[in-house]
Amino acid sequence: MSTLNQLTAGELARAIRRKEASARQATEACLNRIRQIDGQVKAFLSYDEADALAQADAADRAVAAGEAAHRPLLGVPIAIKDVLAVRNQPLGCASKILEGYISPFDATVITRLREAGAIVFGRLNMDEFAMGSSTENSAYFTTRNPWDLERIPGGSSGGSAAAVAADECSASIGSDTGGSIRQPAALCGCVGLKPTYGRVSRYGLVAFASSLDQIGSFTKDVSDSALLLKAISGVDPKDSTSVPESVPDYAKALEGSIKGMRIGLPKEYMIDGMHPEVSAAVKAAVDQLQKLGADIVEISLPHTDYAAACYYIIAPAEASANLARFDGVRYGKRVDGADPIEMYSRTRGAGFGPEVKRRIILGTYVLSSGYYDAFYLRAQKVRTLIRQDFLNAFEKVDAIVTPTTPTAAFKAGEKSNDPLQMYLSDIFTISCNLAGICGISVPCGFLKEPKLPLGLQILGKPFGEAALLKLAHAYEQSSPWRGQKPPL
Amino acid sequence: MEYEAVIGLETHVQLKTLSKMWCGCANEFGAEPNTNVCPICLGMPGVLPVANEEALRLTALTGLLLNGRITPFAKFDRKNYFYPDASKNYQVTQYDQPSTLGGFVEFELNGGMGRVEITRAHLEEDVGKSTHFDRFSGVDFNRAGVPLLEIVSEPVITSPDMAYEYLNALKEILVYGGISDCDMEKGMVRCDVNISVRPVGQKELGAKIEIKNMNSFSGVRHALEYEIPRQIGVVSKGGKLSQETRRWDDVTGMTETMRSKEQAHDYRYFPEPDLMPFVPDEPYIASIKACVVELPLARKQRFMRDYQLPASDAQTFVWDVPLGGYFESAAKASKSPKAVANWVINNLRARLTETKTTLAEIKFPPAALAELIDLVDSGKISSRIAQDVFAEMFNTGEAPAVIVQKKGLLQVSDTGAIEKFCDEAIAANPKSAEDFRAGKVAALNFLKGQVMKLSKGKANTNLIGEILEKKLKA
Repeated sequence: MSTLNQLTAGELARAIRRKEASARQATEACLNRIRQIDGQVKAFLSYDEADALAQADAADRAVAAGEAAHRPLLGVPIAIKDVLAVRNQPLGCASKILEGYISPFDATVITRLREAGAIVFGRLNMDEFAMGSSTENSAYFTTRNPWDLERIPGGSSGGSAAAVAADECSASIGSDTGGSIRQPAALCGCVGLKPTYGRVSRYGLVAFASSLDQIGSFTKDVSDSALLLKAISGVDPKDSTSVPESVPDYAKALEGSIKGMRIGLPKEYMIDGMHPEVSAAVKAAVDQLQKLGADIVEISLPHTDYAAACYYIIAPAEASANLARFDGVRYGKRVDGADPIEMYSRTRGAGFGPEVKRRIILGTYVLSSGYYDAFYLRAQKVRTLIRQDFLNAFEKVDAIVTPTTPTAAFKAGEKSNDPLQMYLSDIFTISCNLAGICGISVPCGFLKEPKLPLGLQILGKPFGEAALLKLAHAYEQSSPWRGQKPPL
Repeated sequence: MEYEAVIGLETHVQLKTLSKMWCGCANEFGAEPNTNVCPICLGMPGVLPVANEEALRLTALTGLLLNGRITPFAKFDRKNYFYPDASKNYQVTQYDQPSTLGGFVEFELNGGMGRVEITRAHLEEDVGKSTHFDRFSGVDFNRAGVPLLEIVSEPVITSPDMAYEYLNALKEILVYGGISDCDMEKGMVRCDVNISVRPVGQKELGAKIEIKNMNSFSGVRHALEYEIPRQIGVVSKGGKLSQETRRWDDVTGMTETMRSKEQAHDYRYFPEPDLMPFVPDEPYIASIKACVVELPLARKQRFMRDYQLPASDAQTFVWDVPLGGYFESAAKASKSPKAVANWVINNLRARLTETKTTLAEIKFPPAALAELIDLVDSGKISSRIAQDVFAEMFNTGEAPAVIVQKKGLLQVSDTGAIEKFCDEAIAANPKSAEDFRAGKVAALNFLKGQVMKLSKGKANTNLIGEILEKKLKA
């Protein structure tokens, strides 16, 4: 019999609805697990135990009042990446510059999770301001991969992935700007969903690159992804870029056969430097999908090679403006100076880590007078071509399948001095954000020695999450990987 | 060599909206510092802007009021610079694809007409307000995020007076169209002045010198009156001017260098990813067009032309638009629009003020006023009686003809009756009769008054004069 913290969100919600378990028990199970293992995993920057338990008690009262029928996450503990605003909780983006900052409001996603009954708790570690692929850029500490504590969990939402993989929560929320949900989900062996740009409100998400950022979930299985997506999706009057597209019943969309669904394999994704076992695992997964009735088609995404260059212009450019507000004037860290300029320099010099500074400088440069056309404007044009590649491909196929990452989790410190190597770990995930489409990573096996999880990425049409989840679910149900737990 | 000045103005105007540009905070002047603020206008982590639709509407309307056009695709951009009063350290503005383009403003200038072409009117956000104390500075963010319209003129202004009249005309239009209250005292209008000088006849412009943040129109005029001779002085002595930004000092009456071209900001504009482009459709544009009001100058000219009014009357109806509307309704029913204007301005307006009545509450229709004037013009009642009839109309709403009928106020033009009143008056005032005969013309007026009194105001004034004179001279 699994303990409550090991259950999927769906299983736990059902148990609570049937009064087989209480929200308080579930929350305590998570808190116990955190106390037991988070010293090693280090997924949480902080958590407010009293607040979590108060929410749990409120959830139990709601269950008693019969609210469980229409609140699908009632009593389910969901942990939050330190990039999302939760009222009266710290909001730090794992950065020194926001040390001590408490958010005065809830992000829209948090409001929606609360409405669905979730217990929203904890601040999950991440790369500072979501810039990185390993959590090594956190200003506080590196989160560890539950499958091998010497290894990184991926990033930037490494804490979110590790916490779910280590059963410290039922599910978690992260953000994905170039792969920050899918890559750590793959490396930690959980399911990570990045919805279509505009599907989920960004209000309350501290912006890294506004045109690429999207909030999504980490879950223990695909049906939980459907459950959470339903809860957090939909147009929001507070976010002008959220799209008034109806929100389907994603759980219902999981049912039925995938027979006749067409899956594209982009030939450009068969790159050098991919671990042979990664290629083999993906190939086996594709064979499995074919066995389930899907048609496999080779496709081409001709501008793939330019995606990384394009991303590393657009994302830093937007970041350079988005992070300008952290200046010590109104909140957060301040290091005084003789005049405003000196105060800014000292505050930002002391408050930001090296990777954040690198990207601010890069972004400032590509937007500068005389360079704008050559860099930013050109990158925007390339971005349009990349999106067009995908839209063309989706005329022929229902989904595209690739590896999530070229390799399994690497060791902490292995790439931290080589930003370019680090950037390459997002090579398969970046295009999805540039194109504004949706993507999911599902476990597709393990590296043999050491045993490390591998991820299969499935990319879908804009607002095609239902088809995406259906394919991922069919694969998951037919594969032996589901429910495997790290040896903690 | 003779030199000429080339001047362009960038005028910033706070829009008259209830709430701020990106959030629901009140757009209100004078509140306690940092009370009209929220996470959005304070630029706190995680917030997003949502464009104020009324501000977009007022911007588009301004474009039309300035004879410009609404663009089919407008977007917002980020203008990046660090300053403590900028809560995000970038200002959201419309850089290369503004809401409106083109247009012109016409105005009266030195007895003739002046005209300034408009480059564009675009929407942006205001910033907070810094206050410097002895040992520290404070920022009030109440103003941060207030919708701000920037109206950019072409560099076609040639004199301080022309700049001044243009600004006044622009302000009049904006107040008129309900775009802004343009209250200078509350900082609702601020100007940046671009100025250069060149030898008369030379095509290319001289070095552009910008004077920033002027907050009064007379300040703009004074600054130009100082700056133009200064620049001409430099170049006419063979000196060279270079592009720079200067500051106007109201106290010394001089401008001084703020920053040179080398120190100019690189604003690193790029499209604001948090906001969608604005693409107005036909019904939207039609709804804006429906809100275009007649401009003040055009209205003044029309009133002078169509109703033969003097400039002062026309100006009254420009400033008081509802009163002008009332005048037009009455004037259309009358053969004497000037008389209607006199009644509306002198009698009706005074009565409304006295009784604290609004135009809508007036009991008689505008055509009744025309009818009243007609009764006077056709000699049916005297102007004296007309005052009484008007008072009655105002109180009861009854038609003037009915009042005249009911009260028996028809003017007496029956010579026999008037002769009788004249005889009585002369008999009762022999001294006055004597005086008149002795050459004191004023005595006649006294006697006229006496006759009028005897007739209870109904006697025809012209006839009284004629008959009295005839009798006295007999």
